[in-house]
Amino acid sequence: MTDTLRIEDLHVAVEGKPILKGASLTINRGETHALMGPNGSGKSTLGMATMGHPHYEVTGGHVWLNDVDLLELDADERARSGVFMAFQRPMAIPGVKLADFLRHATTNVRNPDRQEGEELIPMREFRKELKSKMEHLQIDMEFARRYVNDGFSGGEMKRAEILQLAMLQPKFAVLDETDSGLDADAVRLASESIAEIGGDKMGLLIITHHDKLLEHNPPDFTHVMLGGRIVETGGIELAHELHERGYERIREEYPEAAAENREMAEASA
Amino acid sequence: MATDITATPVADLPSNAGIGEINKYNFRTETKGVFKARKGIDAEIVHQISDLKDEPDWMREFRQESLRIFESKPMPKWGGDIAIDFQNIYYYLKPTDHQGKTWEDVPQEIKDTFEKLGIPEAERKFLAGVKAQFESEVVYGSLQEDLEKKGVIFTDTDTAVREHSDLLREYFGKIIPPNDNKFAALNSAVWSGGSFIYVPKGVSIEFPLQAYFRINAESMGQFERTLIIVDEGAQIHYVEGCTAPMYSTESLHSAVVEISVRKGGRCRYTTIQNWANNIYNLVTKRAMAYQDATMEWIDGNLGSKLTMKYPAVYMMEPGARGEILSIAFSGQGQHQDAGAKLVHCAPNTTGQIISKSISKDGGRSSYRGLARMEKGAKGAKCNVVCDALILDPASRSDTYPYIEVMEQDVSIGHEASVSRIGEEQLFYLMSRGLSEQEASAMIVNGFIEPLVKELPMEYAVEMNRLIQLQMEGSVG
Ligand SMILES: Nc1ncnc2c1ncn2[C@@H]1O[C@H](COP(=O)(O)OP(=O)(O)O)[C@@H](O)[C@H]1O
Ligand SMILES: [Mg+2]
Repeated sequence: MTDTLRIEDLHVAVEGKPILKGASLTINRGETHALMGPNGSGKSTLGMATMGHPHYEVTGGHVWLNDVDLLELDADERARSGVFMAFQRPMAIPGVKLADFLRHATTNVRNPDRQEGEELIPMREFRKELKSKMEHLQIDMEFARRYVNDGFSGGEMKRAEILQLAMLQPKFAVLDETDSGLDADAVRLASESIAEIGGDKMGLLIITHHDKLLEHNPPDFTHVMLGGRIVETGGIELAHELHERGYERIREEYPEAAAENREMAEASA
Repeated sequence: MATDITATPVADLPSNAGIGEINKYNFRTETKGVFKARKGIDAEIVHQISDLKDEPDWMREFRQESLRIFESKPMPKWGGDIAIDFQNIYYYLKPTDHQGKTWEDVPQEIKDTFEKLGIPEAERKFLAGVKAQFESEVVYGSLQEDLEKKGVIFTDTDTAVREHSDLLREYFGKIIPPNDNKFAALNSAVWSGGSFIYVPKGVSIEFPLQAYFRINAESMGQFERTLIIVDEGAQIHYVEGCTAPMYSTESLHSAVVEISVRKGGRCRYTTIQNWANNIYNLVTKRAMAYQDATMEWIDGNLGSKLTMKYPAVYMMEPGARGEILSIAFSGQGQHQDAGAKLVHCAPNTTGQIISKSISKDGGRSSYRGLARMEKGAKGAKCNVVCDALILDPASRSDTYPYIEVMEQDVSIGHEASVSRIGEEQLFYLMSRGLSEQEASAMIVNGFIEPLVKELPMEYAVEMNRLIQLQMEGSVG
């Protein structure tokens, strides 16, 4: 049986302010979904709440990974059960080398029942794998010795997120604007890499404003978020339409959600 | 792609190693002891110490004068709360009647103590010489033969008073006079043990010399006295480690360390201390650096009830350099008032202070530092960076930077940052499968990494292990 991630009527508030007002979508492992929508519509919030960020307070709904409600789990347990998010703004962890961090992360995610203090994956084995993945992503080996996201350029951060995706091999991944801050060549490389890493092995939820990423990872479904709700779901043609013509039609068709989106944007400005 | 990927082994945080070693430092040794002075401090006790050591008159007078200064000085009103009953402490305890030249010469139970602390093993592996002090006296000493042949002196300070009296008197109590502060005066009155080191001109000691200070008995005060003289162009790395078991009554460790680094010499002094939580650790450390000489203090302060310690470098001649790296970790019931002093007395001297403190479980860390530019210190440069990491709302961090500038033509920089362990950082690591504890340990280790990487491998491992023990909330 294939794995399924099912977000069900999710309500999320940030600092007491409602942001998501009932978002639902279902992803089967192997599928690619695009999540689109204007700035401030709640796309990142959906990912953050799914991953378990403590600032994002879930006020209603469920996130099922098969028959487990992820909302009952801490972020680390969610990661260990196979959920990943490539962040729009990854955090810097000064003094912690990317390689050290990744060795811990990889060990824990591959052995979800590992207790603290138990062995890490052997250094040799880990290095070999990391090296080959980095070569594949055309990331310089020196990178592994740098401190996690510390002083990274926007592009470097995104590539580090993709490297983590490649190492952790989750069942489901939310990619939050993983293509922004990259130049054209880098976007192409990132898009190809994601297709290769994710492909039919993962369920992908791709948040993007560009079409390159979706060109290499054609979505089976496209969802449009506005004012904290998913207002429309379609196929790849919906993604193309939004790229070409923007959100005018969506705003007109869903005036209530459009008004809420404006409100949210103003409140946060 | 010639570069290889290294994942530092010391960052392999949650290893079983730490957990089994929670009590590594917290054990008591049953000893017979050869002589224990009665509790308390007065002229008689101080005379008794001189008698026992069969000291020359000048030292006897120095002690008595220091005692008068100690008694006349009020408690410092800044820093931490010092609630010591000076009459409820033992000032002198002689654990054995002779110092061993081999570990076999050391009384079994004391030898076992140092075995447990890993000293003989470290000595075999990577040290050029060792002094092990138990209570008031150095019980074991060694120095590699070739260094002895080159004229290096590494002995306990008591022996130096007898055997190297001229050299010692030139410096003893001159870099830190007894009237410098109340605790320097106390040490000067009751000092015992400590290291005396002389590195002759041009001699460079490749491996570290280490001293290990162990307090074992309850209510025992330890007052070692260290003097290091690095002659022209010579080099040394000296390391001290300090521990004590936990008792319910407070005790006192009050050392004085004086260092002189002559022209072109280089001295690095590394401290990794992990005192039990009932120890007041009030230490005065000061170095004089002469022309083009370099003095580095690396100061790792863990444990203790209250530590007040501000290693100093006085840059006396042009081109002298002073560097101080300080790490402090305060856990429950602990206050680390730690910092550094740089005094630029000559042109083109360079100083740097990097201080990192971590506060957890209601612990309190303060950075207290002085950067002073004397008149005439033209072209001197000084940079101070202090970062504090606070792990929970109950904990506290303060910064007291003092800057005194008497000369126009200098450059001086100061940066301070305080961060609370970020929920954002924790979440980021946890979202990759690290448990909350692993994640916060990793953030803390990352925070001190710029300092730890300055340590030789063995000490870096030790430092990380100590931090890990603190993170697990177990101190001993
Ligand atoms: N951490 C936060 N703190 C305060 N407001 C937030 C936070 N995250 C999101 N918001 C608010 O939630 C709304 C949706 O944001 P977000 O999910 O980031 O949108 P999108 O990713 O679609 O641009 C915005 O109004 C934003 O200001
Ligand atoms: Mg966003």
